[in-house]
Amino acid sequence: MATSQELSVPDKKELTGSEKTVPGRYFIPSTDVYETNNGLTLVMEMPGVNKDSIDVSLENDILRVEGTIDYARYRELEPVYTEYNIGHFTRSFSLSDQIDRDGIAAKLDDGVLTLTLPKSPAARPRRISIS
Amino acid sequence: MARLPTPFDTLLSLQQALDDYRTSRWMDAGVSGGGAYPPINVFRKGDDFTLVAEIPGVKKSDIDLQVKGRTVRISGVKSLDHPEEASLHRRERSAGRFDRAVSLPFEIDADRVQAEYADGMLALHLSQAEQDKPRSIAIR
Repeated sequence: MATSQELSVPDKKELTGSEKTVPGRYFIPSTDVYETNNGLTLVMEMPGVNKDSIDVSLENDILRVEGTIDYARYRELEPVYTEYNIGHFTRSFSLSDQIDRDGIAAKLDDGVLTLTLPKSPAARPRRISIS
Repeated sequence: MARLPTPFDTLLSLQQALDDYRTSRWMDAGVSGGGAYPPINVFRKGDDFTLVAEIPGVKKSDIDLQVKGRTVRISGVKSLDHPEEASLHRRERSAGRFDRAVSLPFEIDADRVQAEYADGMLALHLSQAEQDKPRSIAIR
């Protein structure tokens, strides 16, 4: 359903406000949120982040995703022309109690993190048959 | 002494910015492609240049890369695989075909181009063609 006019180059939104202990700028990754009968799917774009630099944690109903990029790769490179910002990514979501915390799964492919948050059995829609 | 900005200031600074962009010899749109996606950063290390394009979610097999003369062309398709029977709560990502050609201010050595793709970042290592490099001239 996506048409070619849709591809856009959005400027990365920077996270401001809270101070970090690790140097580097933090940006907010673009996220799609889908809901199926079985749960929620979060798809987040974090180019340049690999599996070893992703941190997904759940604490006090807050799901926090943090992906760091390797600045060392750019150490000897001098920028000549730039169109986009380079930095780490972080985003937090508050989860409802209808999510089955133990079933959360994460997958990272080509810089895109897919988080599957299954609904707890009680929260799934039920089909009621008529006798 | 501060003065209130007039509407002309915005217009003039916009025109200035557009002129600056047009007169820069870097990254003019090439003839073959179209569009502004993907965003590209260009770095240099001595005489070698590295072009880095951000294309998260694009599979390596969906990328088409061409180099000729002074032009680099990056094209492909970015698709969103979403589960069937899903209702969308939020959509911030975009998808579609992309085809971008950019021209660089130097002749590219097509035999020594190296490209690598990892984690949604396409990196192109380019160097100037030998015949295009300037020659040092000794002064007697």
